[in-house]
Order: sequence, then structure tokens, then C-alpha cells
Amino acid sequence: MTMPAVRGAGASLEPHMSNPSPRPLTRLGLGLACGWLLAGLAGLRAQDIQVPPPPFTEGLFPCTSCHDGVNQKVNRQRRELTGMHGDIILKHGPESRWCLDCHDPLNRDRLHLASGEQIEFTVSYELCGQCHGEKLRDWRAGVHGKRTGSWSGQKQYLLCVNCHNPHVPHFQALKPAAAPTRPEAIRKGGAL
Amino acid sequence: MKSGTLTSRSLKSRRRFLGTAAAAMAGAMAALTGCGKNEVEAFLQHNFRELSKDELRQVIARLEADARRKYGREIRIGLEPAQQGVIFGYALDLSRCIGCRRCAKACVKENNPSRDPQIEWIRVLQLNKEEGVDVSHADPYYNPEEVPQEGHFYMPVQCHQCRNAPCTKVCPVGATWQEPDGMVVVDYNWCIGCRYCMAACPYGARRFNWGEPAIPAAELNPVTHYLGNRPRPKGVVEKCTFCIQRVRKGLYPACVEICPTGSRKFGNLADPKSEIRYILENKRVFVFKEELNTKPKFFYFYGV
Repeated sequence: MTMPAVRGAGASLEPHMSNPSPRPLTRLGLGLACGWLLAGLAGLRAQDIQVPPPPFTEGLFPCTSCHDGVNQKVNRQRRELTGMHGDIILKHGPESRWCLDCHDPLNRDRLHLASGEQIEFTVSYELCGQCHGEKLRDWRAGVHGKRTGSWSGQKQYLLCVNCHNPHVPHFQALKPAAAPTRPEAIRKGGAL
Repeated sequence: MKSGTLTSRSLKSRRRFLGTAAAAMAGAMAALTGCGKNEVEAFLQHNFRELSKDELRQVIARLEADARRKYGREIRIGLEPAQQGVIFGYALDLSRCIGCRRCAKACVKENNPSRDPQIEWIRVLQLNKEEGVDVSHADPYYNPEEVPQEGHFYMPVQCHQCRNAPCTKVCPVGATWQEPDGMVVVDYNWCIGCRYCMAACPYGARRFNWGEPAIPAAELNPVTHYLGNRPRPKGVVEKCTFCIQRVRKGLYPACVEICPTGSRKFGNLADPKSEIRYILENKRVFVFKEELNTKPKFFYFYGV
């Protein structure tokens, strides 16, 4: 009984869900729902949504140009990076999280989900959505994140990582644009 | 709207009677008053809603020539009508806005308001988290190194395009009205500058051209709409139109396009599949000064 609503949430890009209010789910229902959700996410590819390319650091991609598994062996040891990538500060959730939780150790040009399934960087939202499920749902509905283009037609989406640095996801502070002129500072009559 | 149509009909018959006289009168007035032909024509121009197609063509040509003379640039003044089955709505996520004012500046770039004296249609209020949405604690002039500031949140305010708009009711000449797609617009050539509408608006969304508007020619946006961002004369009221020149062609308003946090959402309230309807049905939404029964089509919500 719970499946149709959840299937809609997972498999379709329709922003409006038939029944958005949460329902009590049995343990079995929840399991099935997660299955449907994951299936739906796997079915959502970049061609369905207009997204820009992932914001790679210039000159670093493809990662396999260094991490080829031959000259650079996989080191699964959790450690502080001192040489290459030492500039990356990880401030994202629990202390125990580290590189290979998201980056695939066997194919560095890809990410992987908790299930081990490899995914491209272009669909990194599937990875983010594993924990931030409600954000992913809102993003697909066009409510979380920025849309540009046409309100009635084709829209461009941004990937999660276009706004949130995945290593430090908190939205960065900005310098505000100039404050408006105070009324008393506006000259009488203005410029002619 | 109905009474407007009736008035328009009766005015039309009167104008037919005066019609032939007007052209001759324009010539005579030009000679007598020392005004140019264009000024006299502008003076005799009727309310936008009463203009025939022919008259509209002449008016547009005259206004485009005026802009050419003033700014040395070609502009296009569009007349795109409201689309069938579309009522525009806007929603702003207060949990995401960081008060960077990019929207206010993008609006200026798009909508040709005067730079000096300065006019900005969007005002971003800095509010105190402890006080909540209480404008008596609002500061629009905040200017720290970085936003958001600790303990504060930000609430951009612009025209709410009210369904029950107090501003259109008080206009003594019918120079401001609500279009079928919900936009509250001003005919700058019919406005007499009495500013009743500004007094009536509870959101402070209307702006008055106290001086001759000054815009650097290079900054003029040449893509305009008669009821929106065409260059304005001194002494008239102007306001946000949700970028009528953009949205009637299917584009997002400039403020939506620029917002770096994605706080601004826009769409068709009549389309149950639109983003805006999703927000209204699934998020915590409020309208500003609800107790005044203005019924805004601009909503604030919490996306978290």
C-alpha cells in the first residue's frame, strides 16, 4: 500500500508527488520503500536533468592518471594526507569519515555508494542523497538548490557539489553587495 | 477589471468624437506652448488599457525614439500579453537566504531603475533571530565583511503582487492595476505621481522617481516591456513586476537567476506540478503581514 507513493518519489522527476505526507511504515514496508528508492535513484541519470560538469580542481582529473593501481598502489590505511591533497580539509560529519568512503579505491575516476556500486562524478547527488534523502527529494522537485533557465520549460540544475564543497559542505559566507543609499543621503532633485 | 472595461468602452466612444480633433490640437498645442511634438503627444496619450493597436504602435515608436535620443541606444519596448492559464507566484526560502544582496543588484541591472538618485526595488532586511519576523528590528543598511552574521537572518522584500492589492485601489487615475497573470503593473505615462499607492502599500515596495532618472547608457538593458523595465520619466512611481519582460517569455526573473543560495523560487500557481505549488503544499509557508488581507502571491517559506 505504501509502495506507489514511494515509487513515485524515487523513479520519477515529477516535482509533485501524489502523496507527500509521511505515513507510518512497517519495517517490511520501509525495506521495500528503500529498495524502490534506490532503484529509482539508480535510474536517474544526468541526461534526465540538465546539470553542469562537476567542479574538479583544474589539472587533477582524471584521477587515474596518478591512481592507476600500478605505480600508485591502493593504500586503505586511514591517515592524514601530508603530500598530495594535503590542502583538503575534511569537515563533513563524523571524524571517522575519510576519502575512500566516497571515492572508489579501485577506480578513482568514480565514486561509490554505500552498497559498493560505482557511480560517475556527474551523478554524485546519488551519493549525497544516501544520507541527505530529504534534500535530494527537494532538489529533484526543484525546491532545494538553484534553478535557472525557464520556469515553464527546460531548466538547468546544479549538482550538490556546485554549491557545497563535499569536503566542507557548509555554504560559505559571502561579502554582501553595497547597502542601499540612506534616504537622507539621496540628493534633493537628484542628478539631471 | 469589469468596471475598467466599462469605463474603457465609454471612454472609447468619447475618444472617437475627440479623435480627429486631437491630431489638429496636437499641432496647435505644440505651436502655442512651445513644447515639442513628442511632448504634446505624450501629454495626450491615453491609458495603456484603452489604446488601440494603431495607437500602441505609435506610442511604442515614440517611446523608443525618446530612449534613442536620451541614451543614444536602440531599445525594444515589448507588449507581450499575459499567457492563458498562468498566475505567477513567488516563494523565498528564509532558511537559506544569507543576505548577500545579489538579487537587489541583479534587479537593478535588469530593470533600468535610476542609478542616481538611487532606486532599488528589492530591499533585504536583516532581522534578529531572537525577535523573529518583526520589522521593527529590521536593518536594511547592514554592511559587515561577510554575511550571514551570527544571530541574524535575512528577509528580502519586494512587491508581493497582492491579489487584494491596496495600491491599485487607491490610485485616483487607474494608472496601476493587476494583469490577468497576477502582476501589478504601472502605466508610467498615465501615472500622475500622487504617491497614494506608496502610502497604501504595506510592504514599502513602490519607488518614486524624485529626480530625472539617470542611467549610464552602457548599463541600459535594451530588452524592455511597456509595463515593466522601459525607461521611466521623472515624477512617476515604479515597482517590481517579477521581471514581466522575462517571465512572459518563459524565463525566470533576474533575482531568481542570480541567487547563489537558490532561495528564490518562481513559477505558475495554476500549474499543480510547478515548484511553487510543491512548496505551498509541502513546506512551512507564511505570507508577510497576513492580517492585512492583501493576499500576496509572494510567499516566504522554510525549506529545511
